[in-house]
Amino acid sequence: MQSVLAPAGTQSSSIYSLWSLMLLASVVVFTVTLLFVIAGLIRGVRRTRNEGSPSSERTLGRAVAAAIGATVTILIALLVASVWTGRRVASLHASSAVTIEVTGHQWWWEIAYDDAVPSRRVTTANEIHLPLGRPVVLKVTSRDVIHSFWAPNLLGKRDLIPGYTTAVWLQVDRPGVFRGQCAEFCGLQHAHMAFDIVAEPEADFERWLDGMRQPASEPHGAIEQRGRDLFMTNRCAGCHAVTGTAAHGQVAPDLTHVATRSAIGAGTLPNTREHMQAWIKDPQASKPGNQMPANPLSADDLQALLAYMEMLR
Amino acid sequence: MSQPRTLDVGALAPGAFGSRSLMWWGTLGMVLIESTVFALAIASYFYFRTRMPSWPPGGVAPPDLRWGTINTLILLASILPNELAKHAGEHVDLRGVRIWMVVCLLFGLGFNVVRVYEFRHLNVMWDHDAYGSIVWVLLGLHTTHIVTDFLDTAVLTALMFVGPIEEKRFVDVEENAVYWNFVVLAWLPIYGVIYWAPRLM
Amino acid sequence: MSERLELPHAAEDIALLERTWAEPRGFAGWFFHVDHKSIARRYLVTAFVYFLIGGVLAALMRLQLSRPDNALIGPDLYNQIFTTHGTTMMFLFAVPVMQALGIYFVPLMVGARSIAFPRLVAFSYWMFLFGGIFLYTSFLLNAGPDVGWFAYPPLSEALYAPSRRADVWAQLITFTEVASLATAISLITTVFKLRAPGMTLNRIPLFVWAQVVTSFMVLFAMPAVMLASTALILDRLVNTHFFDVEHAGDALLWQHLFWFFGHPEVYIIFIPGSGLVSMILTTFSRRRTFGYLAIVLSLVSTAFMGFGLWVHHMFATGLPQLGESFFTAASIIIAVPTGIQIFCWIATMWSGRIHVKAPMLWILGFFAIFICGGLTGVMLAAVPLNTQVHDTFFVVAHLHYVLIGGAVFPLFGAFYYWYPKITGRMLSERLGRWFFGLFFIGFNLTFFPMHVLGLHGMPRRIYTYPTVMGWGALNLAASIGALLMACGVLLFIVDAVSALYAGEIATANPWGAGTLEWATSSPPPGSNFPCPPTVGGREPLWENPPDQPVVIGLRTDVRDVLVTHVLDAEPDHRLEFPGPSIWPFLTAMATTVMFVWSIFTPWGVVYGSLPIFITMVGWFWPKSAEEGGTQPWPIHHRTLPQPGEAPAAGGAI
Repeated sequence: MQSVLAPAGTQSSSIYSLWSLMLLASVVVFTVTLLFVIAGLIRGVRRTRNEGSPSSERTLGRAVAAAIGATVTILIALLVASVWTGRRVASLHASSAVTIEVTGHQWWWEIAYDDAVPSRRVTTANEIHLPLGRPVVLKVTSRDVIHSFWAPNLLGKRDLIPGYTTAVWLQVDRPGVFRGQCAEFCGLQHAHMAFDIVAEPEADFERWLDGMRQPASEPHGAIEQRGRDLFMTNRCAGCHAVTGTAAHGQVAPDLTHVATRSAIGAGTLPNTREHMQAWIKDPQASKPGNQMPANPLSADDLQALLAYMEMLR
Repeated sequence: MSQPRTLDVGALAPGAFGSRSLMWWGTLGMVLIESTVFALAIASYFYFRTRMPSWPPGGVAPPDLRWGTINTLILLASILPNELAKHAGEHVDLRGVRIWMVVCLLFGLGFNVVRVYEFRHLNVMWDHDAYGSIVWVLLGLHTTHIVTDFLDTAVLTALMFVGPIEEKRFVDVEENAVYWNFVVLAWLPIYGVIYWAPRLM
Repeated sequence: MSERLELPHAAEDIALLERTWAEPRGFAGWFFHVDHKSIARRYLVTAFVYFLIGGVLAALMRLQLSRPDNALIGPDLYNQIFTTHGTTMMFLFAVPVMQALGIYFVPLMVGARSIAFPRLVAFSYWMFLFGGIFLYTSFLLNAGPDVGWFAYPPLSEALYAPSRRADVWAQLITFTEVASLATAISLITTVFKLRAPGMTLNRIPLFVWAQVVTSFMVLFAMPAVMLASTALILDRLVNTHFFDVEHAGDALLWQHLFWFFGHPEVYIIFIPGSGLVSMILTTFSRRRTFGYLAIVLSLVSTAFMGFGLWVHHMFATGLPQLGESFFTAASIIIAVPTGIQIFCWIATMWSGRIHVKAPMLWILGFFAIFICGGLTGVMLAAVPLNTQVHDTFFVVAHLHYVLIGGAVFPLFGAFYYWYPKITGRMLSERLGRWFFGLFFIGFNLTFFPMHVLGLHGMPRRIYTYPTVMGWGALNLAASIGALLMACGVLLFIVDAVSALYAGEIATANPWGAGTLEWATSSPPPGSNFPCPPTVGGREPLWENPPDQPVVIGLRTDVRDVLVTHVLDAEPDHRLEFPGPSIWPFLTAMATTVMFVWSIFTPWGVVYGSLPIFITMVGWFWPKSAEEGGTQPWPIHHRTLPQPGEAPAAGGAI
């Protein structure tokens, strides 16, 4: 699921090849060296018992020199392999690529799909969709402390550092959902800062993106209407944004299409009605220390709010 | 059982000057440590420079040249009485030691006082931005050295007047002079960075 | 070699000598000790206590991680635990314990009566002790640091870490760095100036070379972390902006400064370990170390190169590729000098006459574990692979394989090797084997699975993980392995304590070793050597001719020490060393007050400096006109030679 050893992308496949080579070299070197240690031990012990022949310093010297020569050769080979792989990984590029801005927050991922036309920009959180087989560029930074964006099936990690925006390219070659997780200690809930990357065929991706460009659905029934009113009048709108409504909060995940996401709380809980209910009532129970306060609502109010959340597709 | 031969060291002197003394090596250790601190602080200064489009950032004026340059001259001039004190120490000349160490202290008073003016004319506060922070810390690190070196020297001078005095103390006089020279020479690159780097870059 | 010499001194002289070098007895007297062996014993015990505390913290971590979604320890406490574990092991155990072995054994191995600057070494111990007390008191007051042992800003800045916790961390650094720097200066001076006559550079024991090289690394590396931690405290306390991106500061500057220290730090830990390997392996192979010159050059080149690798801790930050390639190359090539040492060690064993006792077991274990760690290090040097496994449990596995394999295994070997010399008793060979077995198996069970966990996506520093990730089984195995290691350590404590009372009495040289510490009794007398030795070979006890001279002529009524020339160790002059003194303790207390005060207010530095000034004057001010062993003023003729003058006639055989 979240593994270096199951590459599904161009970068991770190159890295996997390097890993295989280095693993093989390491196993060989380890085994040979330990065999010599054991052989040396046995010879030395036998010599104590006055068995075995003496070895000349010169022969030993030549053996050591040979070992050094072999070591240097192997190391240079690995160095070449590493630099070559590095250049391959860095060479991924395309002139017009899907550009995604990833901004780290304590403890969630702000995702923005860039577009030349401002009205076609998409802001979401914690879930990234990508077209298959095409280079994509991520522009990453952080709004607070250092985080690290890591989806091992696809590419190596890149730190999100406030004051720096760096670009990292990736390309996914197999469809699927790939989990990633923050990999730089960022405080209390570093352990619960995950994200999903959904890699899908181009057409599906464009359809998804178009859907994301739409403003939030309008509520149909009274309950959903009430739910939206609660959202706006309670604290929700102060932190969260829902496009096409009065909610413009910037410090928490965008919820315009939250019902399409598979998880909430940056991978902390699955996105089901029960979990959403538990989350809204007391986020501190499942993610203690995170920035969202508890919301004591009456049972009816809670059900209305949940109905509204569920229609935010 | 065997009777070993012996190496009789009874006639050896009970101390020595220069790099033969243990104190010299202790002082060398301190010099290496402090030099590394200064070098890293200077490297940090230039690191910040590479991250900024203009320098000093925000159009702040560079530190006034006057007080820093005056102090550089005072510090360099202090090498003379310092060397004379060192020489007197190596010649076990108590009168010479007393005179020249007092002169050193007068110079020391001078450059510590002028240092206050240097701080007041840096034209930036430590909490203004990273440039202000590194300039104050660079100057502050060196100031820690001139203050503590002044105090060390003052205590040693007092001892050479008040006693108990013995021959071994003259080695301490020599080592103190070595460290004084280091504190003065270490100032030169720091002076260059604080006062000239913003003008030349 | 002969173990009993006809001493050239009369018995009364020896008795006076030992009275001169004796340390004060009783509780109050304990605070006055300056004898390097006494200080080193405290250092070793204190460092081992910190090791146990660090181990308990690790056990708590393993307990919490043994099951997915475990609710045993919450994130706030867990963050304090893992930060304090790393901080303890790196700053309060690994470096100090190696320095402590140096404090005890370097003077003995070079044939000296004392370490250089004994009061400075005593001061170093007190700073080390007080630093640890400061850290754990803070932990118990819920102010334990919680930002990782590396304390990256902005997380460690006031905005994101508003409590005093990060200040405690930063100030602990200052305590331990002052302690380490002080000891390093003393060790360097001891090795350069206090060697026995005849101990030319190519006769210096490899463990002593390792200590010298390490001490120089300390001098150049520790300032980097002191500067960084001071800058952090200033940011937090008086609003400087070193790491604050809003005001032209830079979060990466911290990483550069920290890792400029941090990478040499691991060699500061490993190089003494490799010195221990050379020493123990040579003793149990009963031949001179093969490739002495190659090993010395390897130590020195490792030390130099160790300063050129630090960016490999920052490969995930997105630095320019060309720069990264340089650091990859350096990080890979540094394996060559280490490899040279390993090959020389194998050659020594190959051509030696080996007997396997407990110390040697640990050396054999070292080979298996350290080499594995070194190989994963080469993997981590490769940028592409690094970007995958950096900040995962793969790195946790790597660092423990190299640090425990490369330093702790040789260290436990050294405990078994040198316990008889320090205490006069032998440890139990049987318990030693059990300890080794439990620890070796437990270690591999704990840390090998972590390679796999990292490759399977488990990042570091997380207090829990979901069941669905499938990491539960390997984590449970790792936690069981930790239990085995703890059992092994428990056996060692039982052994070490009971042997003090019931262990077999140790002779001067129970292992038949060749270096000078074995030429005196177990434990050594206060003067180290009633008759200071001279040296005729690299392994003096194996190679000295039967009539190798001993030194006479040093005074017995004061602590007289022979000082020799740096390169050829010819006798130069004598020096009277200080006796017991309370000033190191008092200065350390004053310094502690100033350090703790200054995390609450900058005026702490100003006011806190005054008591330090007073104690340092007390330390320096001579008690009487004859305290230095030289003539009081006025003198009749000078006895101290000028800098260029030849030494007075000495060395008549």
